[in-house]
Amino acid sequence: MTGTQTIAKPPAPTGGRPGLGGRIPLARLRDLALVPAILLLVVVGAIIDPVFLSSANITNVLQQQTELALLVLAEAIILIAGKFDLSLESTIGLAPALALALVIPAASNGLGTELPAGLAIPICLLVGVAIGAFNGLLILRFKLSAFIVTLGMLIVLRGLQIGITGGQNLFDIPPSVLYLGNAVWFGVPASIWISGTLFVVGIAALGFFRHGRAVYAIGGNTDAARAAGIRTDRVVWIILMVGGLLAALAGLLMTGRLGSVAAAQGDGMIFTVFAAAVIGGISLDGGKGTLFGALCGVIVLGLINNILTLAGVSAQWIQAIYGAIILIALILARLTSGKAQD
Amino acid sequence: MTGQTQTAGTVAGAVAPAAEARDISKRYGATVALHSAGITIAPGETHALVGRNGAGKSTLVSILTGLQRPDSGQVRFDGTPAPALADRDAWRQRVACVYQKSTIIPTLTVAENLFLNRQAGRGLIDWRGLRRRAADLLEGYAVAVDPAAPAGSLTVEQRQLVEIARALSFGATFIILDEPTAQLDAAAIERLFGRMRELQAAGVTFLFISHHLQEVYEVCQTVTVLRDARHILTQPVDTLSREALVAAMTGDAGETLAGIDRPAVPESAPVVLDVAGLGLAGFYQDIDLRVRAGELVGLIGSGSSGKVALAETIAGLRRADTGTVSLAGNTPKPGSVPAALAAGLGYLPQDRHREGLVPLLSVAENATLPITDRLGPAGIIAPTRQRAVAQRMIEAYDIKTDGPHQPVNGLSGGNAQKVVLARALANDPKALVMVSPTAGVDVRSKDSLLRAVAEAAAQGTGVLIVSDELDDLRSCDRVLVMFHGRVVREVSRGWADAELVTAVEGVEQP
Ligand SMILES: Nc1ncnc2c1ncn2[C@@H]1O[C@H](COP(=O)(O)OP(=O)(O)OP(=O)(O)O)[C@@H](O)[C@H]1O
Ligand SMILES: [Mg+2]
Repeated sequence: MTGTQTIAKPPAPTGGRPGLGGRIPLARLRDLALVPAILLLVVVGAIIDPVFLSSANITNVLQQQTELALLVLAEAIILIAGKFDLSLESTIGLAPALALALVIPAASNGLGTELPAGLAIPICLLVGVAIGAFNGLLILRFKLSAFIVTLGMLIVLRGLQIGITGGQNLFDIPPSVLYLGNAVWFGVPASIWISGTLFVVGIAALGFFRHGRAVYAIGGNTDAARAAGIRTDRVVWIILMVGGLLAALAGLLMTGRLGSVAAAQGDGMIFTVFAAAVIGGISLDGGKGTLFGALCGVIVLGLINNILTLAGVSAQWIQAIYGAIILIALILARLTSGKAQD
Repeated sequence: MTGQTQTAGTVAGAVAPAAEARDISKRYGATVALHSAGITIAPGETHALVGRNGAGKSTLVSILTGLQRPDSGQVRFDGTPAPALADRDAWRQRVACVYQKSTIIPTLTVAENLFLNRQAGRGLIDWRGLRRRAADLLEGYAVAVDPAAPAGSLTVEQRQLVEIARALSFGATFIILDEPTAQLDAAAIERLFGRMRELQAAGVTFLFISHHLQEVYEVCQTVTVLRDARHILTQPVDTLSREALVAAMTGDAGETLAGIDRPAVPESAPVVLDVAGLGLAGFYQDIDLRVRAGELVGLIGSGSSGKVALAETIAGLRRADTGTVSLAGNTPKPGSVPAALAAGLGYLPQDRHREGLVPLLSVAENATLPITDRLGPAGIIAPTRQRAVAQRMIEAYDIKTDGPHQPVNGLSGGNAQKVVLARALANDPKALVMVSPTAGVDVRSKDSLLRAVAEAAAQGTGVLIVSDELDDLRSCDRVLVMFHGRVVREVSRGWADAELVTAVEGVEQP
């Protein structure tokens, strides 16, 4: 019977008496679902190698995840609004690469313009915003599918980076660009402060401000959001630009941490970004999930990666095992949430 | 047009109309949804807008609320031109609306839906306070739901009440209600009308759309009729008889709906739907009911009677705690829709917005979904056969559409509904369960729909109609009344309206 699929389950009976707070809403519980998983991973890590719990290792794990965390923050907000951005993984490379190419001499694979080095960071961030704005133009004005637009942009932007740099890695990095990825503030790397702060800002904005809640409304039902007076196109556009900005910032951190911009910087990251978001409870349908959940997703993946390294899994195998574990985590997240992740 | 017709702008000298649309035209591709139509709504009145399915009512609403730009024509509020389309806030200050299509966001909580985009000003949202305000608001409509529950967990009726409560809570002085009563039971409709009268006394103006003409007479002072995208008349309600109103809507002399005469079903006819000792905690208990082949059985009850839950259990959408459901002698696996359908059940769900149709597929594809195997050999769908079948359905059910190729998301609410019904009847089910089959369907189409159902019964289908519309139940051989989860009464054909209504209200002791 083909008619079957179109009949959805009726809503479950809701509890009799309306309560005002007191009990924790189910959604809130799902938010915390990954906390036990994180604790479990910490215990496993500690058993495998005592080094795991050393503050140097923990700092290291966190710092390595900061760039991913920023991309996940961007992607989570975009997904909640019911859109997609695959091009983030190219923005993280192109934005710093273009900014550097404009400031470094042609001898170091620059474009020869040799703008003042102080402009590198503003240009980098601006490039991120511009990419987001251009995605928004194609998606909102020309009504193209976000998926296909940003997939195209992923390829175009990567190609641009290779074209601009001649496929070379950029090494001659001005100190101002290196700073954020290397600085240590109050004993903790600046990149951790930055990512942490931005997550807190994001959680507050999406949880406690009207304009942030509009993102959920748009992802849940765009027509209804529009009817409620939300300027849906404008909000989505802003979100896409913020996404590009965060990706460019992540690019800066990565450049500083690694001391160079590789031609393939960010290449292949988008799978991990989506995995972290989905494991963290963000729905690809839009309208569901929280940034706190997404952050937990990032931490879970970071811990798994670290544990695999400490456990001495050979470098040749680590990618396959990491990918497999992500798939298992997705299955577990599906089972514990009881909802299809379509 | 008659002498009493007030065309736009003729209320000279008097106060400016609360809302006015003049010479509005709107096309969707080849479809003309409005052809230089207009409406003038005087301040403080409750103005009815009626017309057949696809007449253009909802299109006019979307223009009056600034969701769509008319191809030509203007909208004014209190005599001043309407704000720019992009300025949603300005529109919202002038007009609040319950749209025909649900604007509830299922992933957000009830409280947040009620205060969507006005959870707070520029500052932090006080969630606790928001839930408290939501609870207060819901209390006024006797909606017993937790404000912290996700809106997706509400029933169709509860969602509709949330929409109504939201629209009425803005403090807007002009409120549009597009078929607010289509999914409500009598008690909820009365509460709505009570609230509307209070607000009207406080100076609020309403535009009210409904296919239940008695409601127009009950709460409205003026009525505007649209037909085929055109304005037909605007007249005080008390100068217009029901017959004249139906005639204006349909363009010919109206006839009121009567029960369709059908031969009695012989005792020997096999039982196609047998429900024995069914119970589901919180919804209904000890339900026994039997429908024979060829029989039309009605099931009526208020929103809290459990009748919809019972229908959903029969269809496999819910699983009963006790008892069994048998279809044509088989007992399909409880709680499984595919099993119920395979056993020969046809089911028309209550929530057509969510469950009815595949929005981007054409009318033909949607209507023939369950019978694709009959449209050609070896699973091949012959397009000409499909079109022909769909064309027959379009005629039989009076579906107003560009043709079988039109995507169903371009249909008006009532016409989409007819496609769902056509589909439920398409594969000659042994037993057919329908929930509010004529909700949102215009007076004349109701007739053709109910005839189609009676026709199916004559072919040997046993039909259970779950509805609170007395008109839906007139051709039934017998009608069961549910009250607080039990069948309290059974009446056979020829029942008096009053008898049924009092039983539904639970006034009479069984
Ligand atoms: N988005 C759309 N795309 C194409 N056609 C449309 C669209 N919306 C409405 N129409 C067409 O415009 C006409 C008027 O539709 P409208 O929804 O205004 O009818 P209605 O009077 O509200 O009917 P109902 O009583 O069934 O709700 C219909 O013929 C419909 O098919
Ligand atoms: Mg309509």
